[in-house]
Amino acid sequence: MKPEVITGSEILLRSLLLEGVECVFGYPGGAVLYIYDALYGFSDFRHLLTRHEQGAIHAADGYARASGKVGVCIATSGPGATNLVTGIATAYMDSVPLVVITGNVIQSLIGTDAFQEADITGITMPITKHSYLVRDAKELPRIIHEAFHIANSGRKGPVLIDIPKDVSAATTLFEPAKTMNLRGYNPTVAPNRLQLDKVAAAIQEASRPVILAGGGVVYSGGHEELLQFAETTEIPVTTTLLGLGGFPSGNRLWMGMPGMHGTYTANNAIQQSDLLICIGARFDDRVTGKLDGFAPKAKIVHIDIDPAEIGKNIHTDIPVVGDVKTVLEQLNKLVKRADQADSWRDQIQQWKAEKPFKYKDSNDSLKPQWVIEMLNETTHGEAIVTTDVGQHQMWAAQYYKFNQPRSLITSGGLGTMGFGFPSAIGAQMAHPDRLVISINGDGGMQMCSQELAICAINKIPVKIVVINNQVLGMVRQWQELIYDNRYSHIDLSGSPDFVKLAEAYGVKGLRATNKEDAQEVWREALETPGPVLVEFVVDKQENVYPMVPQGSTIDQMLMGDCE
Amino acid sequence: MTTKHAIAILVNDQPGVLQRVSGLFGRRGFNIESITVGQSEEQGLSRMVIVTEGDDQTLEQIEKQLYKLIDVIKVVNLSSKPMVSRELALIKVKAEPAERPEIKSLADTFRAAVVDIGTRNMMIQVVGDTEKVDALLELLKPYGIQELSRTGVTAMTRGNAL
Repeated sequence: MKPEVITGSEILLRSLLLEGVECVFGYPGGAVLYIYDALYGFSDFRHLLTRHEQGAIHAADGYARASGKVGVCIATSGPGATNLVTGIATAYMDSVPLVVITGNVIQSLIGTDAFQEADITGITMPITKHSYLVRDAKELPRIIHEAFHIANSGRKGPVLIDIPKDVSAATTLFEPAKTMNLRGYNPTVAPNRLQLDKVAAAIQEASRPVILAGGGVVYSGGHEELLQFAETTEIPVTTTLLGLGGFPSGNRLWMGMPGMHGTYTANNAIQQSDLLICIGARFDDRVTGKLDGFAPKAKIVHIDIDPAEIGKNIHTDIPVVGDVKTVLEQLNKLVKRADQADSWRDQIQQWKAEKPFKYKDSNDSLKPQWVIEMLNETTHGEAIVTTDVGQHQMWAAQYYKFNQPRSLITSGGLGTMGFGFPSAIGAQMAHPDRLVISINGDGGMQMCSQELAICAINKIPVKIVVINNQVLGMVRQWQELIYDNRYSHIDLSGSPDFVKLAEAYGVKGLRATNKEDAQEVWREALETPGPVLVEFVVDKQENVYPMVPQGSTIDQMLMGDCE
Repeated sequence: MTTKHAIAILVNDQPGVLQRVSGLFGRRGFNIESITVGQSEEQGLSRMVIVTEGDDQTLEQIEKQLYKLIDVIKVVNLSSKPMVSRELALIKVKAEPAERPEIKSLADTFRAAVVDIGTRNMMIQVVGDTEKVDALLELLKPYGIQELSRTGVTAMTRGNAL
């Protein structure tokens, strides 16, 4: 490429192209006008205009989770930038690679409380992997190159680039970045061989081994290596919420999800294990329950790309720092079948048979679990499913059978309501030919419903499911079980007619209140090209079981209908 | 067991790097007893010395979390090695003319310097480890300390230890 003098904004776009960007999600404003001017008529990648910056960043997040590439989002300064904060924190908690570009006021106004000025690098410091305030257009190529590298290597995460308006306007010689100056950033990819030998030996000694696999398996692309590891050692596997799809749910070794709404089998297996091999998971409190009593008899192996996760929550006996896929590749050459665990395998099969997820079905009303089962059956578990946060999220995790990595997109760490629907738009952009289902509650759907416009205008064929129980269901469940039925401010009556809301935006809307209608409208939704919103009006009283009350160990489950 | 540690952190000399480091301590619930920042032997890099308190597990987390910051190049736990640590204090102490020789001789004992004399006070500059500064302060207290400014600890390992 011949060096030429162009604006900072054009440098930005060309640099994004060099990083392989296919689409960006954004919302213009005063401080990014030069950037949007450069985007005028630009067709080398797509720009999707959302209706709110929060929609843009969740869409970029969904794109990144579905594709494994870096999601890119642009917003203006001040309120545009601060509207991204929830989305940045969501991506940070779940280790999702994003490059977030914000505009800022011109440099001479920075620090003067100028119109639409916000110290967005300062505001987002605790929720970004790294951030830049660009002082000179000359720096842009290097900074963008570094930002993509940082976002999508090591433990992935969001990187913010704040560009003052005079920098995006300035002209300078564009020379693509060839070098990076990141002395302090060298993620350990390859594991220490001695540690792997210790893991292999521990497996031979173990009589009650368990594999706890998390999002790191999916993010590293190590799902095949995990399958081989489990099949070779024949150790039972439990996958965290973000690990769902990282191990085939139909596999005999799979025990389901652990933790607060996990299976009886997974939780008991962890608690009684004598060897717990944690792979790319971070011992979140929703998984561990009461830390003091977590896996009390187990020797702990922890495999993670982020050394700071090792020993953060749980004492680790055999730490292995490295990329999950690389670690498992090497480990697979060393391990053999865990021969002492035969009676343990029998025990696990017995638990699985005795205590599966269960609910009391009804022919009078729609049960949310039944709806998820129907979605699973009609799509043969092959859709990309995004969820919002709450009861429907847990039912989706429990009753949809994920068999492929990157097929569940959900806000795990931050638990962000409003995430489910816009993230589906991003996922669909990453996979235009796949079926994308966005499962939402009636609460979360109302947090980003304005993005229905994006689906309609761009003909993004997301099938939007609203599981409507007319309340904030998970809050109601806690109030019922823990707060003595004091149902404080959870009634969502006054919600819009979701069918009419969809239609107001030009999206087809359908509703079902019983099983027969449900099957019919869902069939219609699947057969209709383009976006469709389907509202399932479900039983208001339904709770998610099993449930581990906060402060209990994970084998102290309220079994409810699973009894 | 909770003990005091001095940690040296070599960082890129970038705007906001102090905020990144101190912010990390704040939000992760680590304590900062003192923090000093200044130039290092290499252009473009600064050295911070942070004195913190915690058990071994906390200290391990502090080191690991610091390494997650892109601008952090190197973290050394100085307290685990033979080291020299110093801080500087300026102490303005009440001193009537008659008391001056007495205060001067106290300062001399600590190899501290009198750097200013006012009509009714003196300014003492002391350099040393924290205990030495504390000890001199203790002795000066009875005269009446009007103003005190301490720099916090800077430190380095001895000899060839890194």
